[in-house]
Amino acid sequence: MAFTNEQLERYSRHIILKEVGVKGQKHIMEGRVLIIGAGGLGAPAAMYLAAAGVGTIGIADADAVDLSNLQRQIIHASSDVGKPKVQSARETMNAMNPDAQVVTYREWINAANITDIINDKNYDFIIDGTDNFPVKFLINDACVMLKKPFSHAGIIRFQGQLLTYIPGKGPCYRCVFHNPPPPDAVPTCRQAGVLGVMGGVIGTLQATEALKFLLGMEGLLNGYLLTYNALTMDFRKVKLAPAHSCQVCGPEPSITTLIDYEQAVCDLREYHNN
Amino acid sequence: MSGQADARQTSARVDITDVVCPVTFVKTKVALEELEDGEVLEVRLNGGEPIQNVPRSLKDEGHKVTNVSQLDDGTFLLTVVKGGLL
Ligand SMILES: [Zn+2]
Repeated sequence: MAFTNEQLERYSRHIILKEVGVKGQKHIMEGRVLIIGAGGLGAPAAMYLAAAGVGTIGIADADAVDLSNLQRQIIHASSDVGKPKVQSARETMNAMNPDAQVVTYREWINAANITDIINDKNYDFIIDGTDNFPVKFLINDACVMLKKPFSHAGIIRFQGQLLTYIPGKGPCYRCVFHNPPPPDAVPTCRQAGVLGVMGGVIGTLQATEALKFLLGMEGLLNGYLLTYNALTMDFRKVKLAPAHSCQVCGPEPSITTLIDYEQAVCDLREYHNN
Repeated sequence: MSGQADARQTSARVDITDVVCPVTFVKTKVALEELEDGEVLEVRLNGGEPIQNVPRSLKDEGHKVTNVSQLDDGTFLLTVVKGGLL
Protein backbone atom coordinates (compact mmCIF):
# COMPACT_ATOMS: atom_id res chain seq x y z
CA MET A 1 0.00 0.00 0.00
CA ALA A 2 1.54 3.28 -1.11
CA PHE A 3 0.45 6.49 0.55
CA THR A 4 -0.95 9.29 -1.55
CA ASN A 5 0.41 12.77 -0.89
CA GLU A 6 -2.92 13.60 0.73
CA GLN A 7 -2.58 10.63 3.10
CA LEU A 8 1.00 11.60 3.94
CA GLU A 9 -0.24 15.01 4.93
CA ARG A 10 -3.34 13.75 6.75
CA TYR A 11 -1.35 11.27 8.86
CA SER A 12 1.88 13.28 9.07
CA ARG A 13 1.63 13.81 12.86
CA HIS A 14 1.44 10.04 13.25
CA ILE A 15 4.14 9.15 10.74
CA ILE A 16 6.71 11.46 12.34
CA LEU A 17 6.28 9.62 15.65
CA LYS A 18 9.07 7.09 16.12
CA GLU A 19 6.56 4.62 17.61
CA VAL A 20 4.27 4.86 14.55
CA GLY A 21 6.18 5.71 11.40
CA VAL A 22 5.13 4.58 7.94
CA LYS A 23 4.80 0.93 8.98
CA GLY A 24 2.70 1.76 12.04
CA GLN A 25 0.34 3.94 10.04
CA LYS A 26 -0.06 1.07 7.58
CA HIS A 27 -0.95 -1.22 10.49
CA ILE A 28 -3.57 1.29 11.61
CA MET A 29 -4.97 1.52 8.07
CA GLU A 30 -5.14 -2.27 7.78
CA GLY A 31 -6.69 -2.50 11.26
CA ARG A 32 -10.26 -3.63 11.96
CA VAL A 33 -11.99 -2.46 15.12
CA LEU A 34 -15.55 -3.24 16.24
CA ILE A 35 -17.31 -0.75 18.50
CA ILE A 36 -20.37 -2.07 20.34
CA GLY A 37 -22.61 0.84 21.28
CA ALA A 38 -22.67 4.21 19.51
CA GLY A 39 -23.27 6.13 22.73
CA GLY A 40 -21.23 8.11 25.23
CA LEU A 41 -18.17 5.85 25.04
CA GLY A 42 -18.52 4.65 21.46
CA ALA A 43 -18.94 8.14 19.99
CA PRO A 44 -15.50 9.56 20.82
CA ALA A 45 -13.84 6.18 20.26
CA ALA A 46 -15.36 5.93 16.77
CA MET A 47 -14.42 9.49 15.88
CA TYR A 48 -10.79 9.19 16.97
CA LEU A 49 -10.36 5.81 15.29
CA ALA A 50 -11.83 7.15 12.05
CA ALA A 51 -9.62 10.22 12.26
CA ALA A 52 -6.57 8.03 12.94
CA GLY A 53 -7.19 6.15 9.72
CA VAL A 54 -8.33 2.76 11.04
CA GLY A 55 -9.31 1.01 7.83
CA THR A 56 -12.40 -0.92 8.92
CA ILE A 57 -14.58 0.20 11.80
CA GLY A 58 -17.68 -1.79 12.72
CA ILE A 59 -20.32 -0.10 14.81
CA ALA A 60 -23.24 -1.95 16.42
CA ASP A 61 -26.28 -0.28 17.94
CA ALA A 62 -30.01 -0.76 17.31
CA ASP A 63 -31.09 2.57 18.72
CA ALA A 64 -32.10 5.84 17.11
CA VAL A 65 -30.67 9.20 18.17
CA ASP A 66 -32.66 10.81 20.97
CA LEU A 67 -32.48 14.42 22.12
CA SER A 68 -31.30 13.27 25.55
CA ASN A 69 -28.25 11.62 23.93
CA LEU A 70 -26.78 14.83 22.62
CA GLN A 71 -25.40 16.04 25.98
CA ARG A 72 -22.58 13.49 25.59
CA GLN A 73 -22.81 11.43 22.38
CA ILE A 74 -20.84 13.90 20.29
CA ILE A 75 -20.88 11.86 17.09
CA HIS A 76 -24.58 12.80 16.66
CA ALA A 77 -25.92 16.28 15.85
CA SER A 78 -29.27 17.88 16.61
CA SER A 79 -30.36 17.25 13.04
CA ASP A 80 -29.75 13.50 13.58
CA VAL A 81 -32.52 13.07 16.17
CA GLY A 82 -34.67 10.13 15.06
CA LYS A 83 -31.99 8.74 12.73
CA PRO A 84 -30.45 5.30 13.42
CA LYS A 85 -27.36 5.88 15.56
CA VAL A 86 -25.19 3.69 13.35
CA GLN A 87 -26.12 5.76 10.30
CA SER A 88 -25.53 9.06 12.07
CA ALA A 89 -22.19 7.75 13.35
CA ARG A 90 -21.11 6.57 9.90
CA GLU A 91 -21.92 9.95 8.36
CA THR A 92 -19.84 11.81 10.96
CA MET A 93 -16.93 9.39 10.62
CA ASN A 94 -16.86 9.55 6.84
CA ALA A 95 -17.14 13.32 6.89
CA MET A 96 -13.98 13.35 9.02
CA ASN A 97 -12.19 10.70 7.02
CA PRO A 98 -13.57 9.25 3.76
CA ASP A 99 -10.88 6.52 3.94
CA ALA A 100 -12.61 4.75 6.83
CA GLN A 101 -14.79 1.82 5.81
CA VAL A 102 -17.63 1.95 8.36
CA VAL A 103 -19.63 -1.25 8.71
CA THR A 104 -22.95 -0.78 10.50
CA TYR A 105 -24.91 -3.36 12.49
CA ARG A 106 -28.29 -1.96 13.42
CA GLU A 107 -29.08 -4.62 16.00
CA TRP A 108 -28.89 -5.25 19.71
CA ILE A 109 -25.99 -7.49 20.62
CA ASN A 110 -27.06 -10.82 22.08
CA ALA A 111 -25.80 -14.37 22.46
CA ALA A 112 -27.23 -15.31 19.07
CA ASN A 113 -25.52 -12.61 16.95
CA ILE A 114 -22.32 -11.51 18.69
CA THR A 115 -20.11 -14.28 17.26
CA ASP A 116 -21.25 -13.60 13.70
CA ILE A 117 -20.71 -9.86 14.08
CA ILE A 118 -17.17 -10.29 15.45
CA ASN A 119 -16.37 -12.82 12.71
CA ASP A 120 -18.02 -10.72 9.98
CA LYS A 121 -14.83 -8.72 9.36
CA ASN A 122 -12.58 -10.80 11.61
CA TYR A 123 -12.13 -7.77 13.85
CA ASP A 124 -8.72 -7.33 15.50
CA PHE A 125 -9.98 -5.48 18.55
CA ILE A 126 -13.38 -4.87 20.15
CA ILE A 127 -14.51 -1.84 22.14
CA ASP A 128 -17.28 -2.32 24.68
CA GLY A 129 -19.15 0.96 24.67
CA THR A 130 -22.32 -0.40 26.26
CA ASP A 131 -23.78 0.63 29.58
CA ASN A 132 -25.35 -2.50 30.99
CA PHE A 133 -23.93 -5.53 32.74
CA PRO A 134 -25.60 -8.35 30.78
CA VAL A 135 -24.06 -7.19 27.49
CA LYS A 136 -20.70 -6.42 29.13
CA PHE A 137 -20.47 -10.02 30.37
CA LEU A 138 -21.62 -11.28 26.98
CA ILE A 139 -18.91 -9.28 25.18
CA ASN A 140 -16.31 -10.57 27.64
CA ASP A 141 -17.33 -14.20 27.25
CA ALA A 142 -17.52 -13.97 23.45
CA CYS A 143 -14.09 -12.31 23.23
CA VAL A 144 -12.55 -14.93 25.56
CA MET A 145 -14.06 -17.76 23.51
CA LEU A 146 -13.01 -16.21 20.17
CA LYS A 147 -9.58 -15.18 21.56
CA LYS A 148 -10.16 -11.52 20.70
CA PRO A 149 -8.70 -8.62 22.67
CA PHE A 150 -11.17 -6.02 23.87
CA SER A 151 -11.49 -2.91 25.97
CA HIS A 152 -14.11 -2.87 28.71
CA ALA A 153 -15.26 0.47 30.08
CA GLY A 154 -18.03 1.88 32.21
CA ILE A 155 -19.09 5.39 33.18
CA ILE A 156 -21.60 6.67 35.71
CA ARG A 157 -22.07 10.05 37.40
CA PHE A 158 -18.48 11.37 37.83
CA GLN A 159 -16.78 7.96 37.71
CA GLY A 160 -15.23 5.98 34.92
CA GLN A 161 -13.21 2.80 34.63
CA LEU A 162 -11.61 0.65 31.97
CA LEU A 163 -9.56 -2.49 31.54
CA THR A 164 -8.19 -4.35 28.56
CA TYR A 165 -8.35 -8.07 27.95
CA ILE A 166 -5.66 -9.64 25.79
CA PRO A 167 -5.91 -13.44 25.39
CA GLY A 168 -3.28 -15.16 27.50
CA LYS A 169 -1.98 -11.87 28.89
CA GLY A 170 -3.93 -11.23 32.06
CA PRO A 171 -7.39 -11.43 33.55
CA CYS A 172 -10.71 -11.08 31.76
CA TYR A 173 -13.62 -8.92 32.93
CA ARG A 174 -15.26 -11.93 34.58
CA CYS A 175 -12.06 -12.73 36.54
CA VAL A 176 -12.58 -9.39 38.25
CA PHE A 177 -16.34 -8.92 38.39
CA HIS A 178 -17.53 -12.59 38.39
CA ASN A 179 -21.25 -12.21 37.57
CA PRO A 180 -23.69 -9.47 36.62
CA PRO A 181 -25.49 -7.87 39.57
CA PRO A 182 -29.21 -8.67 39.82
CA PRO A 183 -31.36 -6.57 37.46
CA ASP A 184 -32.18 -3.16 38.99
CA ALA A 185 -29.64 -3.64 41.84
CA VAL A 186 -27.24 -1.19 40.20
CA PRO A 187 -28.38 1.94 38.41
CA THR A 188 -27.41 2.47 34.78
CA CYS A 189 -26.28 5.91 33.72
CA ARG A 190 -29.78 6.54 32.42
CA GLN A 191 -31.15 6.26 35.94
CA ALA A 192 -28.18 7.77 37.74
CA GLY A 193 -26.96 10.45 35.37
CA VAL A 194 -23.49 10.98 33.98
CA LEU A 195 -21.37 14.05 33.36
CA GLY A 196 -21.20 14.29 29.57
CA VAL A 197 -17.41 14.46 29.39
CA MET A 198 -16.94 11.09 31.11
CA GLY A 199 -17.57 9.26 27.82
CA GLY A 200 -15.02 11.53 26.15
CA VAL A 201 -12.31 10.78 28.70
CA ILE A 202 -12.89 7.04 28.97
CA GLY A 203 -13.96 6.38 25.36
CA THR A 204 -10.84 8.16 24.13
CA LEU A 205 -8.72 5.96 26.39
CA GLN A 206 -10.42 2.92 24.82
CA ALA A 207 -9.50 4.23 21.37
CA THR A 208 -5.92 4.67 22.62
CA GLU A 209 -5.85 1.02 23.65
CA ALA A 210 -7.13 -0.04 20.21
CA LEU A 211 -4.49 2.04 18.42
CA LYS A 212 -1.67 0.79 20.64
CA PHE A 213 -2.82 -2.78 20.03
CA LEU A 214 -2.86 -2.27 16.24
CA LEU A 215 0.63 -0.76 16.48
CA GLY A 216 1.89 -3.80 18.40
CA MET A 217 2.91 -1.63 21.33
CA GLU A 218 3.40 -2.71 24.94
CA GLY A 219 2.00 -0.96 27.98
CA LEU A 220 -1.71 -1.54 27.49
CA LEU A 221 -4.20 -1.88 30.35
CA ASN A 222 -4.20 -5.68 30.32
CA GLY A 223 -3.78 -6.79 33.92
CA TYR A 224 -4.88 -3.38 35.22
CA LEU A 225 -8.07 -1.51 36.03
CA LEU A 226 -7.77 2.22 35.46
CA THR A 227 -10.31 4.31 37.34
CA TYR A 228 -11.05 8.00 36.98
CA ASN A 229 -12.85 10.10 39.55
CA ALA A 230 -13.81 13.46 38.09
CA LEU A 231 -14.87 14.82 41.49
CA THR A 232 -11.36 14.57 42.89
CA MET A 233 -9.50 14.36 39.55
CA ASP A 234 -7.81 11.12 40.58
CA PHE A 235 -6.67 8.50 38.10
CA ARG A 236 -5.83 5.20 39.78
CA LYS A 237 -4.24 2.20 38.09
CA VAL A 238 -4.91 -0.97 40.06
CA LYS A 239 -3.01 -4.17 39.31
CA LEU A 240 -5.25 -7.20 38.75
CA ALA A 241 -4.41 -10.88 39.03
CA PRO A 242 -6.04 -13.50 36.82
CA ALA A 243 -8.54 -15.65 38.71
CA HIS A 244 -7.34 -19.22 38.27
CA SER A 245 -10.87 -20.45 38.85
CA CYS A 246 -12.44 -18.02 36.34
CA GLN A 247 -15.65 -19.49 34.95
CA VAL A 248 -14.79 -18.52 31.38
CA CYS A 249 -11.01 -17.99 30.95
CA GLY A 250 -9.77 -20.40 33.66
CA PRO A 251 -8.23 -23.82 32.94
CA GLU A 252 -11.55 -25.59 33.53
CA PRO A 253 -14.22 -23.17 32.34
CA SER A 254 -17.80 -23.84 33.42
CA ILE A 255 -19.16 -21.31 30.94
CA THR A 256 -18.73 -22.64 27.42
CA THR A 257 -21.75 -21.13 25.71
CA LEU A 258 -22.87 -17.53 25.58
CA ILE A 259 -25.50 -16.32 28.03
CA ASP A 260 -28.19 -13.65 27.67
CA TYR A 261 -28.62 -12.41 31.22
CA GLU A 262 -31.85 -10.72 32.21
CA GLN A 263 -31.98 -6.98 31.65
CA ALA A 264 -33.22 -4.50 34.18
CA VAL A 265 -36.72 -3.72 32.94
CA CYS A 266 -36.15 -0.03 32.34
CA ASP A 267 -33.04 -0.83 30.28
CA LEU A 268 -34.81 -2.95 27.73
CA ARG A 269 -35.57 -0.18 25.31
CA GLU A 270 -32.33 1.76 25.32
CA TYR A 271 -29.67 -0.45 26.64
CA HIS A 272 -26.76 0.89 24.61
CA ASN A 273 -27.33 4.50 25.57
CA ASN A 274 -24.25 5.31 27.50
CA MET B 1 26.00 15.75 -7.68
CA SER B 2 29.55 16.45 -6.56
CA GLY B 3 30.76 16.74 -2.99
CA GLN B 4 29.48 13.31 -2.03
CA ALA B 5 31.87 12.19 0.69
CA ASP B 6 30.37 8.76 1.07
CA ALA B 7 31.69 6.38 -1.55
CA ARG B 8 28.59 4.19 -1.34
CA GLN B 9 26.17 4.37 -4.20
CA THR B 10 22.95 6.25 -3.81
CA SER B 11 20.03 3.81 -3.68
CA ALA B 12 17.22 6.33 -3.84
CA ARG B 13 16.52 10.03 -4.12
CA VAL B 14 13.73 12.14 -2.72
CA ASP B 15 12.89 15.78 -3.38
CA ILE B 16 11.16 17.54 -0.51
CA THR B 17 11.48 21.10 -1.80
CA ASP B 18 7.78 21.14 -2.73
CA VAL B 19 6.43 20.46 0.77
CA VAL B 20 6.62 22.08 4.20
CA CYS B 21 7.08 20.80 7.75
CA PRO B 22 6.18 18.20 8.86
CA VAL B 23 5.57 16.58 5.46
CA THR B 24 9.24 17.22 4.65
CA PHE B 25 10.34 14.66 7.22
CA VAL B 26 7.36 12.41 6.48
CA LYS B 27 8.37 12.10 2.81
CA THR B 28 11.96 11.45 3.88
CA LYS B 29 10.79 8.69 6.25
CA VAL B 30 8.67 7.12 3.51
CA ALA B 31 11.69 7.06 1.18
CA LEU B 32 13.90 5.52 3.88
CA GLU B 33 11.32 2.86 4.60
CA GLU B 34 11.96 1.38 1.14
CA LEU B 35 15.68 0.92 1.84
CA GLU B 36 17.72 -1.58 3.83
CA ASP B 37 20.02 -0.49 6.65
CA GLY B 38 23.29 0.79 5.19
CA GLU B 39 21.74 1.94 1.92
CA VAL B 40 22.07 5.58 0.92
CA LEU B 41 19.29 8.10 0.36
CA GLU B 42 19.84 11.47 -1.25
CA VAL B 43 17.48 14.21 -0.11
CA ARG B 44 17.02 17.53 -1.89
CA LEU B 45 15.60 20.16 0.45
CA ASN B 46 15.23 23.89 0.93
CA GLY B 47 17.31 26.12 3.16
CA GLY B 48 15.87 27.58 6.35
CA GLU B 49 13.51 25.43 8.40
CA PRO B 50 14.00 22.16 6.41
CA ILE B 51 17.82 22.19 6.53
CA GLN B 52 17.67 23.04 10.24
CA ASN B 53 15.21 20.31 11.21
CA VAL B 54 15.34 17.38 8.81
CA PRO B 55 18.98 16.37 9.51
CA ARG B 56 18.30 16.59 13.25
CA SER B 57 15.19 14.40 12.98
CA LEU B 58 17.15 11.88 10.89
CA LYS B 59 19.85 11.65 13.58
CA ASP B 60 17.17 11.20 16.27
CA GLU B 61 15.94 8.12 14.44
CA GLY B 62 19.41 6.63 14.02
CA HIS B 63 20.24 7.62 10.44
CA LYS B 64 23.64 9.11 9.59
CA VAL B 65 23.93 12.27 7.53
CA THR B 66 27.28 11.85 5.79
CA ASN B 67 27.25 14.89 3.54
CA VAL B 68 25.50 18.22 3.06
CA SER B 69 26.08 20.34 -0.01
CA GLN B 70 24.44 23.44 -1.42
CA LEU B 71 23.38 23.54 -5.06
CA ASP B 72 23.52 26.58 -7.36
CA ASP B 73 19.75 27.17 -6.99
CA GLY B 74 20.14 27.55 -3.20
CA THR B 75 18.65 24.16 -2.33
CA PHE B 76 20.61 21.57 -0.36
CA LEU B 77 21.50 17.95 -0.96
CA LEU B 78 21.80 15.56 2.00
CA THR B 79 23.42 12.16 1.85
CA VAL B 80 21.86 9.85 4.42
CA VAL B 81 22.91 6.32 5.39
CA LYS B 82 19.89 4.43 6.68
CA GLY B 83 20.45 3.22 10.25
CA GLY B 84 24.02 4.53 10.09
CA LEU B 85 23.97 5.55 13.75
CA LEU B 86 22.38 2.37 15.12
ZN1 LIG C 1 -11.40 -14.67 33.41
